Amino acid sequence: MIDITERVRSVWRRNWDAFLRTYRVNFIPPFVEPVLYLLALGFGLGTYIESIDGIPYPVFIAPALVSVSVMYSSFFECTYSSFVRMYYQKTFDAVIATPVSIDEVIAGEMLWGATRGMIYATLMLPVLLLFGVVAMPSSLLLIPFAYLAGLLFASIAMCFTAITPSIDALNYPAFLFITPMFLFSGTFFPLDLLPEPIQYFALAVLPLTHVVSINRAITLPAFAPANLLNLAWIAVATALFFVLAIRLMKRRLIV
Amino acid sequence: MKPGKGRSRGGGFWPPSGNGEREERRDEQAKECCTCTTPLTHQEEQAISDVIVARDLEKRFGDLIAVDHITFRVGEGEVFGFLGPNGAGKTTTMKMIQCVSPKTSGTLEVLGMDVDTRQREIKSRLGVVPQETNLDPDFSAYRNLLVYARYFGIPKREAERRAEELLAFMQLEEKRDVVIDKLSGGMKRRLIIARALINAPELLILDEPTIGLDPQARHLIWEKLRSLRAEGNTLVLTTHYLDEAERLCDRLVIMDHGKILVEGAPADLIREHAGSDVVEVEQTPAVLVCLDGLGLDYDLADGAIQVFTNRPHDVARELLEVCRHEAVTVRPATLEDVFLRLTGRSLRE
Repeated sequence: MIDITERVRSVWRRNWDAFLRTYRVNFIPPFVEPVLYLLALGFGLGTYIESIDGIPYPVFIAPALVSVSVMYSSFFECTYSSFVRMYYQKTFDAVIATPVSIDEVIAGEMLWGATRGMIYATLMLPVLLLFGVVAMPSSLLLIPFAYLAGLLFASIAMCFTAITPSIDALNYPAFLFITPMFLFSGTFFPLDLLPEPIQYFALAVLPLTHVVSINRAITLPAFAPANLLNLAWIAVATALFFVLAIRLMKRRLIV
Repeated sequence: MKPGKGRSRGGGFWPPSGNGEREERRDEQAKECCTCTTPLTHQEEQAISDVIVARDLEKRFGDLIAVDHITFRVGEGEVFGFLGPNGAGKTTTMKMIQCVSPKTSGTLEVLGMDVDTRQREIKSRLGVVPQETNLDPDFSAYRNLLVYARYFGIPKREAERRAEELLAFMQLEEKRDVVIDKLSGGMKRRLIIARALINAPELLILDEPTIGLDPQARHLIWEKLRSLRAEGNTLVLTTHYLDEAERLCDRLVIMDHGKILVEGAPADLIREHAGSDVVEVEQTPAVLVCLDGLGLDYDLADGAIQVFTNRPHDVARELLEVCRHEAVTVRPATLEDVFLRLTGRSLRE
């Protein structure tokens, strides 16, 4: 069904090499972003919010910042960047003329998207530590978890890339899916402030809700049994979208 | 050629000849070979092992039949051409050979393997020069070759050695560290050919290898392709440029509307379908009447009359003496004449 061998590494490696070539640009956002958000929201707006459920506001939003950054980096990598490689640069065409299968090309892209999320989480961690808003050593878990969360967003992204007619049409998922998630996933205020139907909606279809939940449990740290449900949701969704992305892409590219 | 690959007849694109003198000598041989054009007899053809065998090959896109039950064979060491107007089915055929586009029906074997079941093995032994320039713009010329070598699982050291040699072979050493955007069209095409040779392929497929290039760049590419052929390699190419096909191909097919119209060596096709020469005269009613009187067959083309013949001097004399026409041109027939006679003059697309 799905034809993946160790050759998938060569696809991942191509993107890693290209990433390193422009590392200066790539390494700036994960350092700057948390600083800006923490200053503006955590310590600016946050002065009016003493605490949420007994947690200081900057500490409350710190895990959300990591989650959002992982979501953005993985999602945009496998939408706009993958689309450019597929459609404009014809990189996929060049690779499938070699013994690398189309499945491996798409899987390699998604694994790379996940890696990118993990790199961002890794780079953000020291900044958050500097602000004293995440606890150690539990927060080291942010890094491996960012890979799983990144794979989820990369897989969802690749499904959109597989069906989008043009690069402009990718703005739809970016604005209609990613932006609402950024705001309504328990990121900057607790989910239970929302009306109950919206809470259920968020838990059912907004993957970021589960990611924020787990990251918050990691950075406080405060693990609860519900986190296992979060983890299960993420694992199942990742597997489904990963396979779906490969199938949709094959339908698009094999003619 | 890597050991254990089986086929021996000088095959394998490795190593490329870096030596200028050797190349020149090969080129002369190649030219000689080009002019002698002795067609292979049937027995000889049988004796050479087949690199590609297609029987009744068909490709449909919905209702459109892109490739309509074609049958052909490409022997080892041959340069085999696919000619045809836009939309004839050439590129689709190439894509089926490369195992990137599944066939609808028929059989297709490449290097003795079925394209449906052994894609990876076939791909690992092919070199592909696509019509579109799909070099990796994120990397330099040299890194492009290394990254591509990795897709074939070639070890790093070996890849570096091959990349350097191929840059030298395609005369791109000076552009080693230049990013793709800064290369000219001709350099990009040469780099794509170098990239296609990175795995020392047993069969090189070129889809419009010199499209959009200036004459200098085309000649350099032809020279390189001829030296590859002189080393006994098998090349399959598509082209719109009939002079290119005439210069490079041992055998070729002319395709149109998904079908193969004719197959043969360029010189044979010219002899069969056009005659040795073409006598051209201006198209006037008087000449037409006169030609009908002489009982000569003629074609109307671009406002001129073309008489395809094996006795050009007689025809020219008759036109000059009997028809009393003064502007008569005699020239050797070319593949282009054959092509236009077979596929018509109307525009495609």
